[in-house]
Amino acid sequence: MSDERPISETEKGLALRTAEELRTAALSAAESVPVSLHPPTLFDVQEMELNFGPQHPSTHGVLRLVVRVDGEKIIETKPDIGYLHRGTEKLFETETYPMGIPHTDRLDYVAAATNNHAYCLTVEKLLGVEIPRRAQLVRVILDELQRLSSHLVWLGTSGIDLGAVTPFWYAFREREQILDFFEEYCGARLTLNCMRIGGLPFDLTAGWIERLTEFIDDLPSRIDDYEQLLTENRIWKKRTVDVGVISGEECIEWGVTGPVLRASGVEWDLRRAQPYECYDELDFAIPTRVNGDTYDRYVVRVQEMRQSARIIKQCLDLLEPGEVRGKVPRVIKPLAEEVYASIESPKGELGFYCVSNGTNRPYRMHVRPPSFINLQALPRLAKGHLVSDLVALIGTIDIVLGEVDR
Amino acid sequence: MKLTPAVLTYLKVLILVAVVPAIVGFVIVLAERRLMGFMQVRLGPNRVGPKGLLQGVADLVKLVTKEDITPAQAEKAVYFLAPVLAVIPSLTALAVIPFGPAVQIGKIKTPLWVAADVNIGLLFLLAITSIGVYGIILGGWASNNKYSLLGGLRSAAQLVSYEVPMGLALVSVLLMTRSLSMVEIVERQGRLGLWFVFPGLLAFFLYFVSGVAETNRNPFDLPEAESELVSGFNTEYSGVKFAFFFLGEYAAMIVISCVAVTVFFGGWLPPFPSVAALKFLGVIPPFGWFLIKTGFFLFCYIWFRSTFPRYRFDQLMALGWKWMIPIALANIVIVALAILATPGRSHGLFVLSYIFGGLFVLMYLLAKLRQRLTRRERLAAAPASASE
Repeated sequence: MSDERPISETEKGLALRTAEELRTAALSAAESVPVSLHPPTLFDVQEMELNFGPQHPSTHGVLRLVVRVDGEKIIETKPDIGYLHRGTEKLFETETYPMGIPHTDRLDYVAAATNNHAYCLTVEKLLGVEIPRRAQLVRVILDELQRLSSHLVWLGTSGIDLGAVTPFWYAFREREQILDFFEEYCGARLTLNCMRIGGLPFDLTAGWIERLTEFIDDLPSRIDDYEQLLTENRIWKKRTVDVGVISGEECIEWGVTGPVLRASGVEWDLRRAQPYECYDELDFAIPTRVNGDTYDRYVVRVQEMRQSARIIKQCLDLLEPGEVRGKVPRVIKPLAEEVYASIESPKGELGFYCVSNGTNRPYRMHVRPPSFINLQALPRLAKGHLVSDLVALIGTIDIVLGEVDR
Repeated sequence: MKLTPAVLTYLKVLILVAVVPAIVGFVIVLAERRLMGFMQVRLGPNRVGPKGLLQGVADLVKLVTKEDITPAQAEKAVYFLAPVLAVIPSLTALAVIPFGPAVQIGKIKTPLWVAADVNIGLLFLLAITSIGVYGIILGGWASNNKYSLLGGLRSAAQLVSYEVPMGLALVSVLLMTRSLSMVEIVERQGRLGLWFVFPGLLAFFLYFVSGVAETNRNPFDLPEAESELVSGFNTEYSGVKFAFFFLGEYAAMIVISCVAVTVFFGGWLPPFPSVAALKFLGVIPPFGWFLIKTGFFLFCYIWFRSTFPRYRFDQLMALGWKWMIPIALANIVIVALAILATPGRSHGLFVLSYIFGGLFVLMYLLAKLRQRLTRRERLAAAPASASE
C-alpha cells in the first residue's frame, strides 16, 4: 500500500542526500574552526563559534551543533551527528529476520514498541502474512502506550530545557507507570522486544487490562495537571509562541513528519492516511494547529496524548480472547522482493525498506527515521533566533539520537 | 572584657559572618531541596542524618574536599577573586538590616539587633549589593569558557537593568519615611500602624521581581541557565570556589528577603501593630516575626523556582526597561501626589492603601476569570472525535 506513495520515495532520496551533505558540512565546519590565537578578551569578540554538545544537558543525547553566534544571536547552526552510530542497518544484513527485532529497540530507545512494530510490519508485508485480530489490538495498545510514554519524556525534558523543572517529575511519574505495564507484559522497560513477525510473543497477563483501564481513565486528569503548569503560563508562551516557525509546505519539502508537520497545519497521520492494523475502525482525531511554532507543537503533542488515551480505551473494549500469533513458517525465507512499510511513530513516519534476496537474511534494510529527517530542519528553524531558543528548538523537534545515528 | 559598643559591634559582625553561612548551608539549602521535592512528587534528600537534616554537612564536606580546578588558560588572579567578590557584598549588606528593636541594657539603649544603624542604610544597601555582580561578570570572563562568558555578559546586562527599577521602587518608600535609616523605616511603620506594603503595593511587586532578577533565580536565572549555558558563569568552578558562588547567591537571597521584610513588611513588627485586638501577637518576639516573614519570602523564591519556566534574554530586558522602569516612575509620582495632596502627610498613605488593595483584589479576580475562560475555550477547541 505504501511503496507507491510518492512522498516516501522523495523522502528516501532526501534522506540519503542530506546525510551526505551533513557529513561534508560537518567536516568543513571542523576544518574552518579557527584556532583561538588571542587570549580571551571582551573587546575583539564579534562572531563566536560555539561548540554545542555532544556533552551538553539539552542536546538530548550526543548531538553536536557547531553554532556561529553574534552575541547570543545564531547566525548558523551545523548539526554534527554520528556519535551514536552503531551500524544498525548493516547489522540487519547479518542476522535472520526474527533476530533483527531487538536491534530495532535500540533505534528510538524511548519508543521501542513502535520500532518493533514497523519492522515486523515490513517483514510481514514481505511474507504476506495476516496477523490475528487480538494481536492487532494489543499491538495498537502497545503502540499508543509507547506514544504516551515518548510524549511524556518529550514534555518533561523540553520543560527542563526552558527552565520549568516541575512538569518533568509529573510526566515521569506517569511514564513510570507505563513502563511498569510494559515490564509486566514483556519483562523489559525500555528495550522491549515486544513484537514478533506474525504477531506477539505473549498474551496479556492476568489483571493487566483492568489495571490499564484504571490508569487510562485517570490519565486525562493527569494531563490537565501538566497543562495547568504550562499551557496558559505567560512565560511558557513567551518562550514558545513564534519560535521556530515552519510552514506546512516547507515541512513537506524537508520531509518532516509527525507532530511537527501537524502543528504546521498539515493533517497527515499514517494511522489515518494509510491505516495499518485496526486503526481504520477506531474513532480518534488528528490534532492539528496552523502556526507551526514551538507552542503549537507543544499543543499538538499534548492533544495527541489525550487521543492516545481514547484509542487505548476503545481497543480495550474491543479485545476478545484469541490467538496472538499468526501462521508463520518456522524458517522465514521470503521471496526476492522489495517492500516498504511505515507506521506513525511518536516522532513521525517510521519506515523500513527491505530488500530481500530470497535467503533468510535481508539483503538490505534501510530505516527511514523520523528523528533524523526532522533534525535536518533544525538549522532552518534556528536561524536568527537566540541561543536560548536553540535549546527550545532541539526539544521541540523531539529527536532521539539512537534513531538519528542508528 | 568590658562590653563597649565597639566590642559589641565586633561580636555582631562575627555572628553575622559565622551564622549566615551556617543558616545557608544547613537550613535553606535543605529546606529548598525538601520543599522542591514535595512540590515535585518526590522525596528530596532524606538519607543523611535523621530526616536528612545533616545533608548540609555532607554537602559541605563534599565541596571542601573536592579538587579545586583552575582552567589552564584562565586569568588566575581574577578567577580567584571572583567568588570572593560574589560573597562578600551580600554578607556586608546584612550589616544594616535591623533584626529587632533597640534594647535597654543597663543604662544605655543600644541597637542590639543591628550591626550598624547607619543613617544612609538603604543607600549603603543598594551600593554594596550591586558590587556582587562583579563577581559573576569577572568569574564568567576569567574562566576562559564561552558558555561562562555568555553567562557573565547576561548577568552584567540583567543586573544593571534590574538595579534601576529596584532603586526606583525603594525611592517611593523613601517618600513615605523621609529617612534612609533601616531602623527608622521600621519604626515609622510602627508609628503609623501601617506596613508600607499597602501604600507601596506596586513598589513591593517591582522590588521583589527585581530582587529575584538580581539574585539570578528562576524565572530570571539566565546567567546560570543550566539547560542553555551549562551553569553559565560558574561552569568551570569547583570545590570551595563554587561553594562561595553558591553561598553568595543564597546570601543575596537572604538580603533581598530581609530588605523586603524591613521596608515593606514592618521588619520586626507584628501585623497591624496599632490594632489593639491584635496585641496578643506580641507573644512572638520581634526577632521571631522577622524570621517568619523572611522565611516566607525565601519560600517564595523556592516556589518560583519550581513553578516558572525561564525567561529569554531579550524578553527579560524588555520586561525590565519597557515595563518595570516606567511603572516604577509612575509609582513614584502617584505616591508623591498622595502624600502632598493630603494635609497630615500620612492620610494619603491610607487612601493609597485602599486604592491599591481594591485594585489588587479586582485584578486577581479578573485573572481568575480569564484563566477559567481560556481553559473552557481550550477544551472546546480540542478535537473530540474523528467526525469533526
